[in-house]
Amino acid sequence: MSLTRAEVVRVADLARLRLSDGEIDAMQSQLSRILEHVSALQAVDVTGVEPTAQVTDLVNALRTDANWPSLERTAAIRNSADTDLGMFRVKAVFEEH
Amino acid sequence: MKLHHLTIADMRARLDSGELTAVTLTEAVLSNINANDTSVGAYLHVDSDGALAQAKAADARIAAGERTPMLGIPLGIKDVLSTKGLPTTCASKVLEGYIPPYDATAVARLKNAGGVILGKLNMDEFAMGSSTENSAYQLTRNPWNHDCVPGGSSGGSAAAVAAGLAAGTLGTDTGGSIRQPASLCGITGLKPTYGRVSRYGAVAFASSLDQIGPMAWTARDAAMMLQVIAGQDEHDATSAPLAVPDYLAALGGDLKGVRVGIPRELFVEGIQKGTEQAVRNAVDVLKQLGAIIKEISLPHSGYALPVYYIVATAEASSNLARFDGVRYGNRSAGESYREQLDATRGDLFGPEVRRRIMLGTYALSAGYYDAYYKRAQQVRTLIRQDFTAAFADVDIIAAPTSPNVAFKFGENSDDPVAMYLQDVCTLPVSLAGLPGISVPCGFDNGLPIGLQLIGPAFSEAELLRVSDAYQTQTEWHSKRPA
Repeated sequence: MSLTRAEVVRVADLARLRLSDGEIDAMQSQLSRILEHVSALQAVDVTGVEPTAQVTDLVNALRTDANWPSLERTAAIRNSADTDLGMFRVKAVFEEH
Repeated sequence: MKLHHLTIADMRARLDSGELTAVTLTEAVLSNINANDTSVGAYLHVDSDGALAQAKAADARIAAGERTPMLGIPLGIKDVLSTKGLPTTCASKVLEGYIPPYDATAVARLKNAGGVILGKLNMDEFAMGSSTENSAYQLTRNPWNHDCVPGGSSGGSAAAVAAGLAAGTLGTDTGGSIRQPASLCGITGLKPTYGRVSRYGAVAFASSLDQIGPMAWTARDAAMMLQVIAGQDEHDATSAPLAVPDYLAALGGDLKGVRVGIPRELFVEGIQKGTEQAVRNAVDVLKQLGAIIKEISLPHSGYALPVYYIVATAEASSNLARFDGVRYGNRSAGESYREQLDATRGDLFGPEVRRRIMLGTYALSAGYYDAYYKRAQQVRTLIRQDFTAAFADVDIIAAPTSPNVAFKFGENSDDPVAMYLQDVCTLPVSLAGLPGISVPCGFDNGLPIGLQLIGPAFSEAELLRVSDAYQTQTEWHSKRPA
């Protein structure tokens, strides 16, 4: 199992990771090596086996239906690199066309 | 023995008898940190003033007659756990400077119980690694041999106990991150059943696997810590709605009739001779204590590593999407929102974290989901069923924690799969959500070896009892590094 360079670039885009050309090359060979190891799973007969997503066997864990105090706004935004008027500030998300 | 090398139980006795105050004890450990942590590198942040204030408060409670397990005990916290007012970086540049506005539940419970929080401990970035070499900040050295790694990802938590830089520590274990460093540093480390300890405030890596647990010299010490941190929490919907047993009261007694299974598959190919011998000797000790030894099979455990590296990375790719540089941590420069986002994540996550995000994103992406993620979850079911079948015949399972003793820095860094193989004995247990404990069982070439004991879900009391029985017969947990 090996990944193409184009696949690595596409996955990096999906994962929102900026990688240099050298990092893309290294990622291509390392991920291919890991996927080769993972391909052992293709040999297992999983016919009729239910997937396990979690192991608690809990169903509908509900908390008390009551109001809880939440963080003060100043505490909630204190760790942000850029705030304004008590809010997080980011560059425009929508681009002009 | 020097104060900073005492077990929690010994400290407890001296604090309760008035022979020692929490302030004296905290000062002794802080002074050992000052003297020795420059070479060990366990701590990312030490809070001397806060610790001394907590010690003073603990002394007042002791003077008022309170007698509880953690009161006045100096503790360290893995830097993946949120601590109100203390930096929490997950050993990542992406969270440099982040100061949480709240405590993780496990931390809050230790504080309320009078535990003295000394500071935050180094780890592999976002708990991804088996040597603590993936920390963005510093190396942590194995106290038994400074040329060797302490294991990981809770390497700082393990090294801190071994070097007398804390009496007990909290670690987290996703695929072996408490048990493997405990083994490599010669201490006791317990990964509780998934759901036994609230994960609230633990920065998430793989949410279906992550679990917080105690690391200390002995099973008795681990029992004292678990007593405080275990139990349901309204902030974590996956925490178990079960009563917490009295772990200390469960200790004692012999092992007559306890059925111990030895899974041939966990004595993996390539296991070091010294490790295998020490683990088999430990099994003989259990037998002498009355246990019945049976060979068993966990036929799908060989698939645990590929299953883990799909399931855990898939969950990580989703969990780590929150690091966008907007709400906390650092932010890289860029012309647009998207450029800033990609630059922040590309620049500030380390190589192993980026690799795992990429792998997980790939496994979840359109066209690959069924072949990778769904299939891995199906094989996870088979691994879990292996344990269910085994526990029909035995009460606990004994195996090595790690196939080898601590290795040298850089030795497994070039090939990610070689590093992943470090966790081959612990991964099946994590995927099944079961409790596992590593207890010191010998040395090879001056480096510690760990015996792993595994039990059915919520069998921590029995695991601790068997470990404690083993430790009444052996001295490995009483050794201290030079």
